[in-house]
Amino acid sequence: MAQKPARPPMLALRWLGVGAVPAALALAFLWTSACFSPARVTQNRLMSELHNAGSYGHGFRRAHAKGVCVSGWFDASGEASHLSRAAVFHEQHVPVIGRFALAVGQPYAPDSTATVRSMALRFTPPDAPEWRTGMNDPPVLPLRDAHDVSDFFASQQIDPATGKPDPARMKAFGATHPWLKSAAAENAHRLISSGFADDTFHSLNSFVLSAADGTTTPVRWAMIPTQPVAPSDVQGGDHEYLFRKLIDDIHGHPLHWHLVITVAGAHDAINDPSQIWAQNDQTIDAGTLTLNSIESEDDGPCTGITFDPLVLPPGIQPSDDPILQVRSAAYMRSFSLRSGEKHSPSAVTTNLIQASESKKS
Amino acid sequence: MTRMASFPLLSRVLHWLMAIMILAMLFIGLFMASSVGPNYHRLVTLHRPLGIAILVLAILRLGNRLRSSVPPLPDDLPRLLRRAATASHILLYGLMIALPLVGWGMLSAGGFPIPLWGQSVLLPAILPHNPVLWSWLRSTHTILAFSLFGLVLAHIAAALFHGFIRRDGVLKSMT
Repeated sequence: MAQKPARPPMLALRWLGVGAVPAALALAFLWTSACFSPARVTQNRLMSELHNAGSYGHGFRRAHAKGVCVSGWFDASGEASHLSRAAVFHEQHVPVIGRFALAVGQPYAPDSTATVRSMALRFTPPDAPEWRTGMNDPPVLPLRDAHDVSDFFASQQIDPATGKPDPARMKAFGATHPWLKSAAAENAHRLISSGFADDTFHSLNSFVLSAADGTTTPVRWAMIPTQPVAPSDVQGGDHEYLFRKLIDDIHGHPLHWHLVITVAGAHDAINDPSQIWAQNDQTIDAGTLTLNSIESEDDGPCTGITFDPLVLPPGIQPSDDPILQVRSAAYMRSFSLRSGEKHSPSAVTTNLIQASESKKS
Repeated sequence: MTRMASFPLLSRVLHWLMAIMILAMLFIGLFMASSVGPNYHRLVTLHRPLGIAILVLAILRLGNRLRSSVPPLPDDLPRLLRRAATASHILLYGLMIALPLVGWGMLSAGGFPIPLWGQSVLLPAILPHNPVLWSWLRSTHTILAFSLFGLVLAHIAAALFHGFIRRDGVLKSMT
């Protein structure tokens, strides 16, 4: 070698120099992965909490596991076109793929009146970026941020002794999250309709519409059925009564919902989905959703996608609501897990759907 | 001390620019994949154009590397280290190009729209919509990213070994 050999202490120092930079980077990498931050809510933590709360897995969505695919189209009324440049608010007959589901982790859980229902939609205008949205039937989400979500999932942990969540844990969650009390009360008092077809589905989160001239408007929205609303009537014995009813309803005639946009008033919380908005807010009927076709998830068009609420077209932007990012990240992780697993048949099978069709004819 | 030839200026600029971009990208990717907010969406939005920029630069750089002269390694460098240097450089180039492609491909297979800039500029899908493929590529993306990070650490350690221990001018040739 060209240079003089170094004295031993100097050499040790130089070796230290060689190791220090990679070691520092490796430590920073571990910190980034949340190794040293047990308090951070990570995607893996949410997935394992869902698993412990009885989420089935095996190729199914980690939440809202029991569902069915639907399709149809959306016709804009034009009423919202001055608020947003999104194609969906301007065009007619925009194709829609959707999914109705129950907010359960078990895809074979019996249908039940008390279970939260969801409507998820993917709008694909032929000449513009697509829009995805997932809505639930309670008016507000009794969760404010990632920590609330994680704490709530943890409170739902299945007690091995009973096979059910521990009521004490659930009660403790309420006691330690007093800021969610009003949202929980709001949802507890809601009218529960007879099925999916006469249910109203809410965006829960807030979004910001942006118009062609650059003006922005914070909003929430809801899908309000044109079908007459009947109160819930439990049909004992049939584990699939809600889905069977939906299948019969769609086979009977196309189902319609109005997309009603609520513009935030001066005192409405944009970044907190647990806060109900004022009752006198301006609303706009943005158009009509028509669903005329239903298919099993087993080979239906809604299975291979995730209804990530941050898949937004130009004209609809995310708000600062932290739950939007929690949903986006968790849905993606759930999607990658379930897509790598072998999928057993859905509870709502193609046979079940065909049985309704043949009954009709 | 023997003076060793330097890499051409363009090579050095590309090297250091990409060093910063790739390190940033590895940390952004790891952080967003383990996070659910509050910066999750912002980081995902940055991850895509940064990945595409790395892909474009890596291809340009590979072309530059094949065309330009590379200073030879010192004659007295043991054969094993010489081989390790060549192999690790080939792997580095391979991963710089493969990682963005796997990322792009996985979003394609997952049926996601792939915004490159804002909400209007989208990348086309490069693979058919196939959830099984999406899941497989998603795992591959992680494994390749960890491999690249390990390789970058080894690369840095080797550079510092040349600079502090052997003092053979190899580190200087890239600075």
